[in-house]
Amino acid sequence: MALAPNAIAFSGVGQTFLTGTGAVTALDGVSVTIAQHEFIAVLGPSGCGKSTLLRLTAGLMKPSTGSVSVFGLPVTQPRDDVGIVFQKPTLLPWANVEDNVVFPAKHKQGRVTREDRDQTQAIIETVGLAGFESRLPSELSGGMQQRVGIARALFLNPDILLMDEPFSALDALTRETMGFELLRLWQASPKTVLFITHSISEAALLADRVLVLSERPGRVIADLPVPTARPRDESSLGTAEMQDYAAHLRSLLIRKDAA
Amino acid sequence: MTATDLQRPTGATPPEASRPTPSVQPRLPLGERLLRTPVVLPLVTFLLLLVLWESCTRLFSVPSYILPSPSRIVLGFESVSAGRWAEHIWATLRVALLGYLVSFAVSLPIAVGLAKSRLLSGALYPLLVVIQSVPVVAVAPIIIVVLGTGDAPRVVITFMISFFPLVVSMTTGLAATPPELIELSRSLRAPSFREITQIRLPYATPYIFSGMKISITLSVIGAVVSEFVAADKGIGYFIQFSTSMFKLPQAWAGLVILVAMSLLLFQIVSQTQRILFPWSLPKGQK
Repeated sequence: MALAPNAIAFSGVGQTFLTGTGAVTALDGVSVTIAQHEFIAVLGPSGCGKSTLLRLTAGLMKPSTGSVSVFGLPVTQPRDDVGIVFQKPTLLPWANVEDNVVFPAKHKQGRVTREDRDQTQAIIETVGLAGFESRLPSELSGGMQQRVGIARALFLNPDILLMDEPFSALDALTRETMGFELLRLWQASPKTVLFITHSISEAALLADRVLVLSERPGRVIADLPVPTARPRDESSLGTAEMQDYAAHLRSLLIRKDAA
Repeated sequence: MTATDLQRPTGATPPEASRPTPSVQPRLPLGERLLRTPVVLPLVTFLLLLVLWESCTRLFSVPSYILPSPSRIVLGFESVSAGRWAEHIWATLRVALLGYLVSFAVSLPIAVGLAKSRLLSGALYPLLVVIQSVPVVAVAPIIIVVLGTGDAPRVVITFMISFFPLVVSMTTGLAATPPELIELSRSLRAPSFREITQIRLPYATPYIFSGMKISITLSVIGAVVSEFVAADKGIGYFIQFSTSMFKLPQAWAGLVILVAMSLLLFQIVSQTQRILFPWSLPKGQK
């Protein structure tokens, strides 16, 4: 791990948006490096620029100050090797599961090859959607829809997976299940993951490191490795060290809320 | 697949016991059930109104140039040969459909432009509203003089009456695409036209059909208006001609045909959406 290049590096990143009522600073002086295949969770209050971090990495926007680089190269335009999972699954309502998963290839190349179809089938099986290939999104539960969203993000086999509160729209039980599913996928095929969340337990359970952002303008106020070794399961959150860790994260978040 | 996930998919086969079969359901009395069938109630109302209409006109001996009875209107149908009817119907239908097609063909690129470019939207939209605000009936004689006889002026008039709802609904639909999908498209660096054809346009389908349903009936109105101004064929012309000859039952018959034509065209648009784009229907209408 130590020899691998940094997958993502933010150095002195600031982001200012011009709005009708003046400039809003979403991020300020964010400097973080993320190693390849590291799983990073980003915690922070609403509106602190967590999603901005993600869009900067994807090359969907440019930082106002500082720079973002991926595998040592500055991000100047959207990248192919980045998969995005959104808060809502945002699937194509007219396309069935299979067509939704293969959509990145179809959209990028304008056609779908035989290999793409095989690849689709493999990914659908990996995310546990075998047998549902011809269902429309409206016929699936929220959890299954998000599985399709994840499968779509994995389709082009990206090195980096960006996840913007992907499970926040799900009910508590499904959310937990999906967390373990994600761990399973990540362990089977490691990727660099930037996982935005509001949930302390979700962050602690999934991540190698948790970044805590302050309220706007978002700064990194803590960068804490998760103490518990992998593989983790339901019992991982119950250990004393995990509870201390979660309590510490909570205190960091709450202190800011009170301020 | 996990247990929690499997509980919700609506398409998955549920255990037999949980799906009630129709024969188990308690049945309502025949009369009740008929009343609840969607077609029956309005049909019965309509027939009752016809009976009321017929008896009133007979009872009070209303002259047929004021209000002909339904039976007189039927006679009005018969006073014109089927061949003549077909000629008039075809003339109106042709203009309405041509105008509708032109509306669609013109609206689509305009809507794409309005949705994609803020500059274009700022420059064109007010102009479109001005065109929409022009009373087309008043402009119709001018258009006829400019474009001469033939279908062209009538198609233009029809277009002017029917295009606006299409532009508005298409523009709204194209702009209604979730921003995440546009980001997905950008992150894939796909060409811009594919963003339109593979994401925005399909997303706009329900909106486009709303506009198409409004426009199709407006097209019939447009065709009739153009025939009022200058024509020697068509149902609009026929109604005007019949009234000037005081043949009111005949004029009413023409009106009935126009209504039927509008309803039929509307149904064709509706059914096209139902058959080709079932996913685009609002929940509960599938």
